Amino acid sequence: MSLSADIEQPDDPGARGPSKRAVEIVVSLILIGLAAAVLYDSYGRGAGWNGGPESGFFPARVGWIFLAGSLFLLVQAFREPPAIFATWSQLLMVAKVFGPLALFVVLVEPLGIYAAAAIFTAVFMPIVGGARWYTVIATSVLVPLVCFVVFEIEFLVPLPKGPLEAMFGY
Amino acid sequence: MDDFSALLAGFQVALSWHNVGFMIVGVLLGIVVGVLPGLGGPNGVAILLPLTFGMDPTSAIILLSSIYWGALFGGAITSILFNIPGEAWSVATTFDGYPMAQEGRAGEALTAAFTASFIGAISGVLLITFVAPLVAKFALRFGPAEFFAVFLLTFCSFIGMGKDNRIKILVSLCIGFLLAGVGMDTISGDLRMTFDVAELMRGFDFLVVVIGLFGVSEIFLTVEEGLAFKGKKAAIDLKVVLRTWAGLPRYWATLIRSSIVGMWMGVTPGGAIAASFMGYGLAKRFSKRGDNFGKGEIEGVLAPETAAHAAGTAALLPMLALGIPGSATAAVLLGGLMIWGLQPGPMLFVEQKDFVWGLIASMYLGNVAGLLIVLATVPLFAAIMRIPFAIVAPIILVVCAIGAYTVGNSIFDIWLMLLFGVVGYVFKKLGFPLAPMVLALVLGDRAEDAFRQALLGSGGSLNVFWANGLVTTLVVLSAILLFWGPLSDLVGWARSRGQGKPALGAAE
Amino acid sequence: MKALALSAALVLSATAHASAWEPTKPVEVVVPFGPGGASDQMARTIQGIVQKHNLSSQQLVVVNKPAATGGEAMMDIQKSMRDPHKLLTTSSGIYMTPLSTKIPVNWRNFTPVGMLAQDEFLVWVKNDASYKTVQDLLAEAKTASPAMKIGGGGSKREDDLIVFSIGAEAGVKLTYIPYKSGGEASTQLAGGHVSADTNNPSEDVANWRGGQTRPLCVLSKKRIAYTARSRATRPGDIPDCGEQGLNFTYNMLRGIFMPGGVTEEQKAFYVNLLKKVSETPEWKEYLERNALLPDQRFGEDFEDFLLSDEALHKDLMGKAGFLATN
Repeated sequence: MSLSADIEQPDDPGARGPSKRAVEIVVSLILIGLAAAVLYDSYGRGAGWNGGPESGFFPARVGWIFLAGSLFLLVQAFREPPAIFATWSQLLMVAKVFGPLALFVVLVEPLGIYAAAAIFTAVFMPIVGGARWYTVIATSVLVPLVCFVVFEIEFLVPLPKGPLEAMFGY
Repeated sequence: MDDFSALLAGFQVALSWHNVGFMIVGVLLGIVVGVLPGLGGPNGVAILLPLTFGMDPTSAIILLSSIYWGALFGGAITSILFNIPGEAWSVATTFDGYPMAQEGRAGEALTAAFTASFIGAISGVLLITFVAPLVAKFALRFGPAEFFAVFLLTFCSFIGMGKDNRIKILVSLCIGFLLAGVGMDTISGDLRMTFDVAELMRGFDFLVVVIGLFGVSEIFLTVEEGLAFKGKKAAIDLKVVLRTWAGLPRYWATLIRSSIVGMWMGVTPGGAIAASFMGYGLAKRFSKRGDNFGKGEIEGVLAPETAAHAAGTAALLPMLALGIPGSATAAVLLGGLMIWGLQPGPMLFVEQKDFVWGLIASMYLGNVAGLLIVLATVPLFAAIMRIPFAIVAPIILVVCAIGAYTVGNSIFDIWLMLLFGVVGYVFKKLGFPLAPMVLALVLGDRAEDAFRQALLGSGGSLNVFWANGLVTTLVVLSAILLFWGPLSDLVGWARSRGQGKPALGAAE
Repeated sequence: MKALALSAALVLSATAHASAWEPTKPVEVVVPFGPGGASDQMARTIQGIVQKHNLSSQQLVVVNKPAATGGEAMMDIQKSMRDPHKLLTTSSGIYMTPLSTKIPVNWRNFTPVGMLAQDEFLVWVKNDASYKTVQDLLAEAKTASPAMKIGGGGSKREDDLIVFSIGAEAGVKLTYIPYKSGGEASTQLAGGHVSADTNNPSEDVANWRGGQTRPLCVLSKKRIAYTARSRATRPGDIPDCGEQGLNFTYNMLRGIFMPGGVTEEQKAFYVNLLKKVSETPEWKEYLERNALLPDQRFGEDFEDFLLSDEALHKDLMGKAGFLATN
């Protein structure tokens, strides 16, 4: 099984990418794993009928159907006609959004959501491109600021805060 | 017609200058909290509740219920523009609303959604005005078995057709059910499928999953196709409102059907979420253009919005008449009532006439005010589509993250949002339908609870599900709806065979 | 002018130092239940009173963390060691949740601030039911098949424990039906889907006043002290269950905790705040409306209560088989 399937325009590197079949197989394997975990947990707690269904009864039944469905998907995946899931250049674009977003979530814990949002915006906009530097700065300052006013001050909804907010006494 | 004069007196109360002012402020605040995912409905009302402690109860409830109307209207905006349901009940609105926006018909979709909301809400208020005590009594007939039957009916009206890969529909449903089962089990008090991970105790909140599955994944799909929102050429003048209105009378059947479904679900605390899915499912099934649903069909926006709002409004009825909150937001309002020293329940209609009829009158006026305000904002919101992607995308993602956090005040939920964003992206590319997963996630555990409560009570006998006329009717209706698809396929097949034409469905 | 401002600032800071600790940012009140429930109402009532009477320079902010019947809220407080800007409203769940699940929290790691009241539990039946006393109800339960259904909020919680204990004392088999909340149980009772429920007054009073349900007796050693209004019957006229020959009693604390590791001054601020809150007319009205037993305890008094109440729960839950295994 090759991970790359070259179709349509084999000469154009932009049109290459992971094959749909490979992704289908990986997904169905993950689903099978989840189904196994569900069954393990449900039978561990009791999935029988004790004057009515026990707490594991439904998850276990659904788990079996889920397992059967996932196995079927695995078989189906091998019969999938060759096609690509997405081209590498498309995936690169997705990664350009995913990367900064993951960074943002990592930073929420230590820095608080507002500072993290400022950094995220400042990183994201230049990577995606199409915005001038002053727009980038204005957006990355204004968005967290407006959120802060709306949530912390107006609606009294406490969001994660970090050292920066602590300096101002929040 | 004693009630009618009471209602007129109510209009006088509600129409005083300061109450109209509160109404407008409330609707605007509601739109804001409705647009921000995670902050809508119950949270929004709860957050603003303390502001009203100093006010007189009538003004306070007018302010709060206007927030509720505003939030109901506002939930549709992000669903249509960005595929991010601001509220659980606007998930079904994304199915056709977002494709419409992508085609550059955002203004039309927004107008349809707002108008449908208004029609739904007004039918709910009419119900409250004229048949309150009668209908309120009916709600009491719903025990666990009946609740289960209602959820079954919702599932059956939504599923059972579908041209997607059937195994994928099934797997998607299973995932939804299992996600719904994670966390504390109401019936046994056990923690299920948490694998001793403390963060999983809370289970998977519906909104967090949906923000990721629909909203974040949509951004991934958008960048894949070249960093710009489609539908940039959305018309942004107010004429779109009139043009859309001209086309609406054609869909009278859908509007009436959804209103009835919504009122029914609101009164029998089935809820606005179930109502919106059921409204959509039934419209898809009975519409001549059913095959076009999911591709940007205006009927697919009208149906769930009407049903959700009829339900959301009708849900206030059991609260006022019986003191039973029909929805989480109603529960917060109920808490508010008690803080102002009012005791909800049948006596409220007797002891606090001014208050009740003032509130009911404000429902009419609040919805009219709400409709005018949101329609005026249609061009504004449609214009958002013209802002460059590089600016809008980070704002959407930050707001999504805040929304995911506020649902359960947990940073872990932001991670989940990201995870489900990836899941949604992969699933959409592989052709897994997401709607069944979402439906099972919202209603799965409630259906299971009701089923098990019913069996506990009957000592394990399944007879409870055809023990009385009401539950039997519901179960039979569900069965009919479930087999409607295969049956009509069969009929169609037989007919085309009789005419010697190849069967249409055979190739699929 | 500048000098004046400076001296004013000095005076201000001097008084600030002289007086005890005060919060420097909004205080989060974590409620281990959803919006609209009894705990939430208490938190929001306190929030409203503090705001209205200006009892604190900083606002209180209510945050609901209902997951895992309060387990999540307790984990949050456990994690917030030494944070003086966080409070937790509590009920018996403070020991019941850790005992019935494996959630690794213990109130001994928190700082008990004070108990504000105790909640009563009553046996409610449908208004048109034939039962006059709780004994009538139990007599019918003896012959019922399938077993008589009694509703309540949550599984392995207060209501479940009460139903088990009543059944054990009377020697009858009762089926407990857990609903999401006491309010839902009350509605189900009004619809006749269960024969009785064991709600707090606040959870059933709406249906009582509306003529849908009525109380048989209070599961308490004494009758309710309030004598005002509430339809034909006054709460004070409801017999206690002992008068009807059912000896089991149960009350639930309603109190406030802080995270562990806070200083004495910080705790003192909140003790003071709560004392001030409890003196306002709004608070008295709140107590009366929900027929709460006014029972305030602070400091060691509160801690002693917690210890004995926890031991009681451990015993009852052990008998009922609610304790988490392994």
